[in-house]
Amino acid sequence: MDSVRFDRQAAPAPVPLALKILIAGGFGAGKTTLVSALSEVRPLQTEEVLTGAGVGTDDLFGVEGKSTTTVAMDFGRITINEDLQVYLFGTPGQDRFWFLWDELAFGALGAVVLADTRRLADSFPSIDYFEQRGIPFVVGVNCFDGARWFSLAAVRDALDLDPDVPLVLCDARDRQSGKLVLIELVEHVARQRGEPVPVG
Amino acid sequence: MRTESPGPQHEWLDAAAGPVVRPYTLTGGRVRPPVDGFDLVAFVLATPATDAAGLPGLQPEHRRLVELARTPAVLADLAAGLDLAVGVVRVLLGDLIARGLVTVHQPPAAVHLPDDNILKAVVSGLRAL
Repeated sequence: MDSVRFDRQAAPAPVPLALKILIAGGFGAGKTTLVSALSEVRPLQTEEVLTGAGVGTDDLFGVEGKSTTTVAMDFGRITINEDLQVYLFGTPGQDRFWFLWDELAFGALGAVVLADTRRLADSFPSIDYFEQRGIPFVVGVNCFDGARWFSLAAVRDALDLDPDVPLVLCDARDRQSGKLVLIELVEHVARQRGEPVPVG
Repeated sequence: MRTESPGPQHEWLDAAAGPVVRPYTLTGGRVRPPVDGFDLVAFVLATPATDAAGLPGLQPEHRRLVELARTPAVLADLAAGLDLAVGVVRVLLGDLIARGLVTVHQPPAAVHLPDDNILKAVVSGLRAL
């Protein structure tokens, strides 16, 4: 509690604000690891239901018992203050779940694309997705033990990244490393808006 | 990555898919909430002085939702807390809204909202981690 609120007795509890940040990247790039490292709670899972009929379905009346399946999404939370929270959502790893990405991405502050230098091409679909939708993103090169080391310039070249997209090295297992990636993203968002870059 | 053919099964079903479930039995087959598109981080808040326990026609999941939303809770957390799919929780929330038991506060799209002060707060909050 580092601040005093003045409206406490005046109104019902104010509704906080939650910001969404997406954690994307190829299979095995460290998405779940990063969410775990950063979340203040044990990462949770939420599920969306997939139906064969697709998302245009309005009613399953009469087929309530029809089997379907779910896709799980990892998410975690960082409380900034009592009015502001950041939710991290790991994106489903497969192309056929793009429609879930649209829901996740709607209104999102931005995204982190995790890249594994052993499989750089796996991060292309994520990068394309955010580029096409104008969603600010940064690329975090997850440095696994024993991963081949490339210069950032070589990685940037291989990913064909726009010069203004931040590219940083990180260790998805490490909270301090992960938080620097998120800070990089928020500063990138601020720059894209032409606002002064916030200095902590 | 996938080594075995999924065979002539349902197109969604393979090793990467979750368990096969019948989640919408709980909602009587309804898959669309009456009010569309609650965001995953929309805050849900129970109407003050609501006592869902005494109301007929509600399922236990409805009542638990109201209890969980005594303090503002986001949709994703509610779904995880109830161990229900997000889509199912959206339908149940629609029922509760229709009865005036909860309110849902959609977040403003990030392009409109996070102003300079909010971004500053996020950066300093992250630095403090």
